[in-house]
Amino acid sequence: MSSHSNYNPTNPVEKWFDERLPLIRFSKEHLMDFPTPKNINYWWTFGAVLAIMLVMQIITGIVLAMNYVPNIEMAFDSVEHIRRNVNYGRIIQATHAVGASMFFFAVYIHMFRGLYYGSYKAPREILWILGVIIFLLMMATSFMGYVLPWGQMSYWGATVITNVFSAIPLVGTPILEFLRGGFVVDNPTLNRFFSLHYLLPFIIAAVVALHIWALHVPGNGNPTGVEVKSKADTVPFHPYYTMKDLFVIVVFFIPFAWFVFFAPDILGHADNYIRANPFITPAKIVPEWYLLPFYAMLRAVDFDLFFINAKLGGVIVMFGSILILMVLPWLDKSKTRSGNFRPMFKPFFWLFVLNFMMLMYLGAQAAEGIYVILSKVGTAYYFGYFLIILPILARIETPKPLPNSISQSILDKYEAKALKQAKIQGNGNSEIQGKGGK
Amino acid sequence: MATNVKNDPNRRDFLYVTTAAVGAVGAAAAVWPLIDQMNPDATVKALASIEADISSIELGQSVTFKWRGQPIFVRHRTPKEIADAKAVPLEDMIDPATDAERVTAGYEQWLIQIGICTHLGCVPQGQKPSEPKGEFNGWFCPCHGSHYDSAGRIRKGPAPKNLVLPPYEFMSDTLVKIG
Repeated sequence: MSSHSNYNPTNPVEKWFDERLPLIRFSKEHLMDFPTPKNINYWWTFGAVLAIMLVMQIITGIVLAMNYVPNIEMAFDSVEHIRRNVNYGRIIQATHAVGASMFFFAVYIHMFRGLYYGSYKAPREILWILGVIIFLLMMATSFMGYVLPWGQMSYWGATVITNVFSAIPLVGTPILEFLRGGFVVDNPTLNRFFSLHYLLPFIIAAVVALHIWALHVPGNGNPTGVEVKSKADTVPFHPYYTMKDLFVIVVFFIPFAWFVFFAPDILGHADNYIRANPFITPAKIVPEWYLLPFYAMLRAVDFDLFFINAKLGGVIVMFGSILILMVLPWLDKSKTRSGNFRPMFKPFFWLFVLNFMMLMYLGAQAAEGIYVILSKVGTAYYFGYFLIILPILARIETPKPLPNSISQSILDKYEAKALKQAKIQGNGNSEIQGKGGK
Repeated sequence: MATNVKNDPNRRDFLYVTTAAVGAVGAAAAVWPLIDQMNPDATVKALASIEADISSIELGQSVTFKWRGQPIFVRHRTPKEIADAKAVPLEDMIDPATDAERVTAGYEQWLIQIGICTHLGCVPQGQKPSEPKGEFNGWFCPCHGSHYDSAGRIRKGPAPKNLVLPPYEFMSDTLVKIG
């Protein structure tokens, strides 16, 4: 991967440094000159958005930790103290809390992009699996962060989610007490969650580094799914994509800022402004919106299956819904990467997206009546998509012909457009041929 | 000679293996305290038993005590609640148990149990007169809709087990030692 650098230090100090630690060379290769397909669209900008979000969460989090007290007597008050008394605390706390939501919004777009364009396929399996690991770490981090304000939703969310581990046969209860550091969620639980909530983002950052490393081995995918064939297919990352990414980041910050300044609590739950009470459970326990699809799948299993009772079954389904992503590269064997060239795949994919949103809605509803039935249908489609539909499509689908190269696909598009225009204007072909061949 | 050296484990191989084994044991021994510190500590375990005075609980009334940070439901059951609980056939239950198994002989008006839903750990409603008692006149868990009867047995909903009974004994007619 050292071939695409045009770093030639002339300054003797730079040269001396480069021979001992090629840090500038490395940065130039990977952050500036890296050859990137020239046809990647806006869906590809969310990786940069996510990188910025991780940095923002870490910075605001470090600052919040200077004012927060991880003790059950003081945690709730200290968060209120930050919001009311600490200079700019109202904005810093809101940025961190809303930031978690924006982070997940971006990661879902990033993941659906990968699902549509087949970004998980060879030779990018490891890249994809590292992404799934980051997603799991993000869920653990956000869950523990939500417990820290020690409101009613914090407390009961922690109780219900740690209780999930009690479904494990034989060792369930010892594991539960180990995780909580007591028989119920209490001060030791809050203390360790604070410690881990501080630690995990740095682990995420480390896995992100591996994720980018794994990305830079084969290079970026692109909307055609055809690999880069020559230098003509690429442009340097800087300034082409640094500027494009920056533009999207600015646009992304507009709704983000609206939430922070005008509706910092709209994505949260009113019950979390009641101090935690271990003796009263709120009438309705709802996780944060970004965890709802998985919560819906946990609750969808309310029946026993052979020797697996409903409780364990729900837990298996919930964890399975994420772990199944890890083996996705080996479930979807279709040679065509991009959904653009897969006519049968497309409707199933968009149904999968709709189904995911339906599960998100259902996770916030009471577990009764039609909602239970829909949750079961949604869970069945979620797993059916990976385990049945994708493997079958790989066998029976005839994909559309692929362009010879990225450059060719752009020229084809240009010619088709010109041809259409020519037809409308009733002009001859000759001039268009000349333009297209350029 | 050369093949001999390759095939037979010699003194040096033995030293390598034993050194690695001792190193692994040492590493595990060093890691264990770091893991075990997460288990319940001495102060948590020290609260392992309480004495509950039940003399002031009226017939039909329920009171919640705190034991190991958990709510303990003590209900002074009416003769009707006891009769209802006894009348249920075992086949109708998710986790079959007779009423006699749920209480202490001679004190069957006192039902003492841990007030934590066996599904995902919420505190069921039904202790206060204003709260719903579910379809079986016992307790109702609002989180995922589990119904418990007047002997604390799971009758409907996702919970797999009856409400758990804590270890307890009657010191006298009005004093119970829990834990």
